[in-house]
This record gives sequence, C-alpha cells and structure tokens, in this order.
Amino acid sequence: MDEKRPENSPLELTPTEQPDDLDLTRRELLTLAAAGGTVLIAETLLGAPVAAQPVSPGPPLVETVLRINGREHRVQLDPRTTLLDALREHLRLTGSKKGCALGQCGACTVLMDGKRIKSCLSLAALVEGREITTIEGLAHDGELHPLQAAFIERDAFQCGYCTPGQIMSGVACIAEGHGGSEDDVKRWMSGNICRCGAYEYIGAAIQEVARATATARRG
Amino acid sequence: MHPFTLERPRDLATALAFGAQAGRNDATAEYIAGGTDMVQLLQEYVRRPDRLVSLNGLLDDRIEVGPQGLRLGPAATMADVAAHRNVVEQFPVIAEALLESASPQVRNQATMAGNLLQRTRCPYFRDVGYSACNKRAPGSGCAAIGGMNRWHAVLGTSDHCIAAHASDLAVALIALDAAIEIRGAPGERTVPLIDFHRLPGVTPHIETVLDAGEVIAAIRVPATPTARRSHYLKVRERASFEFAIVSAAVALDLDGNRIKEAKVAVGGVGTKPWRLTQVETALAGTTLGAEAVPRAAALATQGARGYGHNDFKIELMQRVIVRAIQTVGARA
Repeated sequence: MDEKRPENSPLELTPTEQPDDLDLTRRELLTLAAAGGTVLIAETLLGAPVAAQPVSPGPPLVETVLRINGREHRVQLDPRTTLLDALREHLRLTGSKKGCALGQCGACTVLMDGKRIKSCLSLAALVEGREITTIEGLAHDGELHPLQAAFIERDAFQCGYCTPGQIMSGVACIAEGHGGSEDDVKRWMSGNICRCGAYEYIGAAIQEVARATATARRG
Repeated sequence: MHPFTLERPRDLATALAFGAQAGRNDATAEYIAGGTDMVQLLQEYVRRPDRLVSLNGLLDDRIEVGPQGLRLGPAATMADVAAHRNVVEQFPVIAEALLESASPQVRNQATMAGNLLQRTRCPYFRDVGYSACNKRAPGSGCAAIGGMNRWHAVLGTSDHCIAAHASDLAVALIALDAAIEIRGAPGERTVPLIDFHRLPGVTPHIETVLDAGEVIAAIRVPATPTARRSHYLKVRERASFEFAIVSAAVALDLDGNRIKEAKVAVGGVGTKPWRLTQVETALAGTTLGAEAVPRAAALATQGARGYGHNDFKIELMQRVIVRAIQTVGARA
C-alpha cells in the first residue's frame, strides 16, 4: 500500500490566482487533513495561518491560462494538476465533483469547446485555449438551463453528488441529438454513474428535455 | 502522480527530439495526447515518467476518405471518427467498434493513435499493490498466471504475460488490413498494423515497434469490397462502457449467399489484436448458414490456451465469430 501513495503527495499547495494569498482555506485544510497532514494542521489551528511547505520539491510549475465559463484565469500549476483539481482547488469552482478520479464515474463531467469530457482525465496545463463550461456556467442571468429545471421538477437526484456531472453530460447528450428514449439514455449516458440509483428520474428528466429540444428543432 | 516535467513543444520536430517512448514502462519520457489512458496510469502510479511531452495541436486530426481508402489523422477523436458519414457508410466495422468503446465523454477526448497505444486492462498491471507484473516491472513475474485470469488472453500468451490487448478499434482496423505511418526524427516508415504490436514473449514490457522519438503519423485503411459489409460484435459483462470479454470484426464480400472473401479478427482473446487468416481461408467459397461456417470458426482456436478462469473464451470466440458472420450476411 505504501507504494501506491509514495513520497510526493500531489496535494501540496501551489500558488493560486493570488500568489500573495497564503491563508489556508477551510477546503485546503480539510484536504490536508484527509492527506494526513497533522503537523501542519496543528500549527495552523494553534496560531497564525502558515504557508504549506511541500514535502519535497515538486516539478517546475507551469503557467497556464484557463478559459472557464467565459472568463480567463492565469494560474501557476503543478503539471500534475488535472483540470478537475484546477477547477476545484485553484479556482474555487467546486460544482464539478471528484468521484473516482479515473474517468469511470462521470461526476467531473464538463464541456470543452461544447463537447462533454471528463475533467479528471485532462491535465489542466494541456487544455489551455479551450473553452471550458462547468455547471456554474450553465444558468444565464439567473435562469436555469432547462435540464437543471427538469432535474428539480423530476427530483432527479438523491444525495446530489453525481448531479452536476449528470446535468453537464445530459446537456451535451441532448445537444448531440440523443436521449429521446430510455434505451438511448442508457446508451448515451453510460459514462455517468449514480450510486443512489436515481437513474429512473435522471433518465426521465433527460428524455423530457431531449424531446422538447427535438420538437423545437423541427419547428 | 509521480512528479514529472511537462513539455508543451510548439512544433512536432521539437516534440520528437525529446525522444519520448510510448508503451514501455521503463521509458523515462512519454508522449501524451488525449490523455484518457495516460492520466489514469499516472494517477495509479503505474506510469512514472520523469518527463511528459504533450502532442496537443502537433498532430493531424483530419479524417479523409478517397478512392484509395481511409486516412485517419492520429489526433482524430474516437467520437469524430465514429460519427463521420463516410466511415459509417464505407467502413462500418470501424464506426461500430468505436461506438462500442468507452463512454461518450472519453470518446470526445481519446485519439486514434492513443487508442492503439492504450495499455492493457489486466488488473495486476494496473494495481501497483501487486508486485508481480512483467509488463509493469520487467522480471517481476506474472500474477495473472495462477491468479484471477477471467479477463486474460488465450492467444499469443507466453509464460511471462497473458494480458489481453484492450483496443476494439485495433481489432476492426486489423481485419481491414490497416497500416500505420510512423514518424520519427530520421523520417517516416510504414508498418502493417498486424506487425505494429508485439507478442509478449520474454519482453512483455515492450508493446509496439515504436522506437524512442517516434509517433504514429497516420492510420491508412485500403478501400476494399469487404470493408463496406462489415460488423463489430462485442460481448461484455454489461451493455455499455465496458471492455470486451470476446469481440469479433468480420468483413465479407458476398456473391448472393456465397462468401467470396472473408476477413476476421478477434479481440479480448489475444495479447495483441488478432487476425484469423486460417478462418478466412476456410470461409472462402462457403455458403452463409452452412455447417462449414462454424467449422471454419473452430479453426480460430488453433494455438489457443486457457489459464483456468478464461477457458470459456475458447468456446465463446467461435460463437462470436459465427454470429458476427450471420449478422453481416443478413445485411443486404
């Protein structure tokens, strides 16, 4: 087991958008706690906030400009940072969820240039110049995307953890022209897993919006 | 992930000069394109390169169909190739194999070249908690021989490795006589896909004929009478988003019910994508529905060896071939 979590923890903190902002956030504190960073946490809780010290020197940081929901962010990243981790840990866009981090569960689904991808399988530094849309960028002027509204209407979730990924994947699925039948949803939403088993209502919400979209397209 | 230096070269010549190497666990530098397999392997510490060289934006992503056949750019995504009208009409086995692979998200990210270079799904290879894996750590042994080997190969195995090759696309391409254009610093060379992947033998950690500093520059598939009437049948443990237990790519040239020419390849059973020329020869001249078809399919088992849990694949692959032939035959 030791071999699987070797010496260099990828959780070491790297400068975020505000390099002078060295305060630990609650999220980073919890992340460190989960990684077993007890000494650091004790110091933080006892006194003034301290900057996290990497366990060992990491690889050279790479400067990357990310375009997220129409806004550009210049970030210095450890090259190991996935797009998902950049969104959640550097840009504070925590709507996209980390389930498996291996491309199997779909909780991290975002759109890249309008196409659905798994953000846990992309290195953030390699999506420079691409337009990324997350669940935070789906509603416009306070108005929910029709699929977001359908999820609420149909109660298409239980714990809600997979929901942002289901919705982003569903939005793309419908845009691709799929999802109008139960079989179609099973086939074209296979990349999104719901541990609660809310598939029936998820499928119903997607079918409803897919059919409405198809009708609107036919005019 | 093990720490690595990330290179984002501006042109292909610079990328090739880094001398990265695909498909070898002892390589200190590797290329990354779509990343869907590489990032998983990095996350699991199965791959620990010191340097990762991005090919983003440096490789051709075009899909071209002409009188000579199909040319796939190495950076074309699985989704784009699967949806390409000319591929669907003229090379259906390729579109079907792609649509039966992975998930919609992964198909938007994963590339043609990366698909051919993906690493095996052998659970012992992918879990560093097991020390024995000759593919991951040369000389360490094989945990699958004598272990849980339901998913493993029955063709092309050795005493050092029985891991199955995971690509559906490669099985379809190999049935259609595809060739791989390889580009390196010295220039280009072309290799038939059937010679591109290597048998494990005593060096299962060397998976392809790619040398350091070489990349796939194109995939070429000749236009043939068989390609149009082709099909990919994938048998797996759930209906979607799963790797093959056994699969078959079949392409037929028919004269009424008579098989003039057949091309047959199988997946999920070989340590590399597996072409079955002896089955093809036996199928030529036979009639759809005749007893001769399953007899020809039975020749697929030549040289097959089960390892316990995967013994069933030897019977199953014959049935999968027969059903794929029936399905193609039923398509007018």
